[in-house]
Amino acid sequence: MRVDEKPIYEGTFTVTGGNFDNAGEVSSNIKSVLKRMGLSRDVVRKASLVAYESEINIVSYARKGMIRLRVVPESILIEAIDEGQGIADIELAMQPGYSTATDKIREMGFGAGMGLCNIKSFSDTFLISSEVGKGTYLKMIIKTNNRSLNS
Amino acid sequence: MDLASIVKALNLKVKSGEDKLNTEVRGGYTGDLLSDVMANSKEGDLWVTRQVHQNIVAVATLKDHAGIVLVQGSEPAKDTLEKAMKEGIPILISDLSGFETAGRIYNLLSKKTA
Ligand SMILES: Nc1ncnc2c1ncn2[C@@H]1O[C@H](COP(=O)(O)OP(=O)(O)OP(=O)(O)O)[C@@H](O)[C@H]1O
Ligand SMILES: [Mg+2]
Repeated sequence: MRVDEKPIYEGTFTVTGGNFDNAGEVSSNIKSVLKRMGLSRDVVRKASLVAYESEINIVSYARKGMIRLRVVPESILIEAIDEGQGIADIELAMQPGYSTATDKIREMGFGAGMGLCNIKSFSDTFLISSEVGKGTYLKMIIKTNNRSLNS
Repeated sequence: MDLASIVKALNLKVKSGEDKLNTEVRGGYTGDLLSDVMANSKEGDLWVTRQVHQNIVAVATLKDHAGIVLVQGSEPAKDTLEKAMKEGIPILISDLSGFETAGRIYNLLSKKTA
């Protein structure tokens, strides 16, 4: 993605840690935005998953955070930025099945330890960095394979 | 096969989405782990689960599922039902176990396409 490129869409969505009642709402909004732009079903499907798993991780493990969405004709950039406990061992956290989810979180169907792996496999570019006690940053790019979007 | 035919064949209780029963069911998926369902279920699937928390509505909406079937007679939580009505997601209740519910839906769908 060129930095100077004018985006067709740019938006920031705030996510509140610990609030499972509205969990998924940000991802639903992101999905609606992308659908309206006329992106292909496959691209919308990938971006929705990436947004959802990022959102749920912020709700589950951080105090607060936000998801930034930036769309240019060639790609969708999704960034998840949070203030929270951070991840001590990223390699371990990325392993399928690894989870520190509490019983309360598991009761709602989360905590399979698959979220980050799925984010990685559904995006074309995936970057993660984290600082313990500070927060976590995820950057995902999904190619649109589409040059004629409705703005 | 439409949702109404499955509701009738399995005698499912319709809790929400009464007006969506003409939706075409393209397949099914069984799972209680939301990240698994997010990654592996498909658009048009009928999702069989024992989860009743309102997060199931967000998953079904994001994945464009045909509906959600709760098993073993489990009722959806109050918030779940309210959200499902708002989003127009059919929530159905089966008195059978997850295994039997999925098995019967599978048979109905494969008969139709065979
Ligand atoms: N934003 C975050 N802040 C702090 N820790 C995180 C964050 N995201 C993930 N983690 C840590 O990484 C682990 C693995 O995350 P991942 O999303 O892969 O699985 P999960 O959330 O435990 O379960 P699932 O996503 O399958 O419901 C988490 O259990 C948690 O310990
Ligand atoms: Mg997760």
